Amino acid sequence: MHSLLQAAQGQPTFDWGFFVDAVIHPSGPFLTGLWRTVYISVLAQALGVIGGLGIALMRRSRFPVLGWIGGVYVWAIRGTPLLVQLVIVYNGLAATGIYRFSDLTLGSVTLLGVIQAAIITLAVNESAYMSEIIRASLDSVDDGQTEAAKALGMSPAVAMRTVILPQATRIVIPPLGNEFNLMMKSTSLLSVIGVQEMFLTAQSINSATFKTFEIFMAVAAYYLLLTTIWSVVQAWLERKFGDPATPTQRVSMRERLLGGPARLPLTKAVHG
Amino acid sequence: MSIHTHDDGSDVILEARDVVKSFGPLKVLDSVSMTVQRQEVVVMIGPSGSGKTTFLRCLNHLERIDSGSVEVLGESVGYKESKGGLVEDTPRVVARRRRKIGFVFQRFNLFPHLSALENVAVAPIKVLGISKDQAREEARELLARVGLSDKEDNRPRALSGGQQQRVAIARALAMKPALMLFDEPTSALDPEMVGEVISVMGELAADGMTMVVVTHEMGFARSAADRLVMFDRGRILEQGPPESLFTNAEHERTRAFLSILGS
Repeated sequence: MHSLLQAAQGQPTFDWGFFVDAVIHPSGPFLTGLWRTVYISVLAQALGVIGGLGIALMRRSRFPVLGWIGGVYVWAIRGTPLLVQLVIVYNGLAATGIYRFSDLTLGSVTLLGVIQAAIITLAVNESAYMSEIIRASLDSVDDGQTEAAKALGMSPAVAMRTVILPQATRIVIPPLGNEFNLMMKSTSLLSVIGVQEMFLTAQSINSATFKTFEIFMAVAAYYLLLTTIWSVVQAWLERKFGDPATPTQRVSMRERLLGGPARLPLTKAVHG
Repeated sequence: MSIHTHDDGSDVILEARDVVKSFGPLKVLDSVSMTVQRQEVVVMIGPSGSGKTTFLRCLNHLERIDSGSVEVLGESVGYKESKGGLVEDTPRVVARRRRKIGFVFQRFNLFPHLSALENVAVAPIKVLGISKDQAREEARELLARVGLSDKEDNRPRALSGGQQQRVAIARALAMKPALMLFDEPTSALDPEMVGEVISVMGELAADGMTMVVVTHEMGFARSAADRLVMFDRGRILEQGPPESLFTNAEHERTRAFLSILGS
């Protein structure tokens, strides 16, 4: 109550004790929110990759109508905010009675309706972005590879699976890593439809304690922790599956986290 | 229907009739016909832009043709007749036709994510459905045949150009083709590596493989070819046994071209 009074009197305070405690001893609901953030991101990203591959293949199809459908999908999804898409899918569909997400129980696991809506919307949204990344990667595989596969009697499907996709995958991995980083942060938008993920949990803690700055700094610290861990995983993935044909200059961990060397763009700007 | 019998005892491997092909307004092939007998080695020569490579690529439908027909082992490649016109086959049907036609590219086009052995074994496994063990065993034999037993586990980027091209030849042979097509197989090689590829091709010819080769290697033409075919401006200008073309070609253009090659 003391610090609240101080804040009310306009004196800047930061309750370090509260902040450190929130970071080191997160409450049960907060951990549940963190876990949801993680698994929603992973599932949505995985579905987004599958959907993106599907759209990318449609756009390369020899049947024009499939390419057209894929193009319209990317146009519509990328041209509208994720926040709006979330509300349309969860609240909008239910309000018009088209579809109401209800809880789904598989064995001992129950997936809340709102989380299903969240995962599906994030996946649909991500598919549009992934499809462009995958399409560019497929296009970057040399035409000679397709010709060699054809000349060996491979059908388009076999050529895609055994020759083109394995090579495109290596190109996809770095941008895929960035997409997943964005995905984890995008889950904070799910608070709008009432998914009790990390952000919304923090909001309810905030309304109970009024430690707004402290609790959201703690939330920021946890997002930072997630994205930092992911940077390490991404570096490992790139080493393991990266393209050995293009020896990328090793990106140091410092550079991954803090961005490229600061002097380079500056010099460029000077000379440019 | 052709008068030839087309079971494996057939003598005609390739029959191309009146192949016409344009790139936009440019007519690259102006009614080219060619028949290739079993075990025959045909070398196609001609100035660049004369249509020889395009013709070769039409033979396994890497290029569409405007009109005419291509038959390999008596089966039309790339097209079927429907309602009196030619209709392009679906990619799956074309893929089936290509199984019996090996193709060696100027730039090798090996699969960079696979080892030399996997490059050779992948098509028999994925296209013919033979077991991995058997495919790898046959791939080992083929790599030995092109002198690369010690490079089985190397990725293409770890091989020289000449070695890559020999792997590419082994890869094509793994499908047990009835016909091998070579598109300037030594043009992208450093001079010191031309010999190793030419010698593999020579052995292949000596073993009785039916081959159609686009090349400027007149040593190979002289020693291995049964027939030399001179292309000029999208047509076959003349053809005949190598020695007769080398010594008394009918057309001045042929004589000029052969003298430039320094044969």
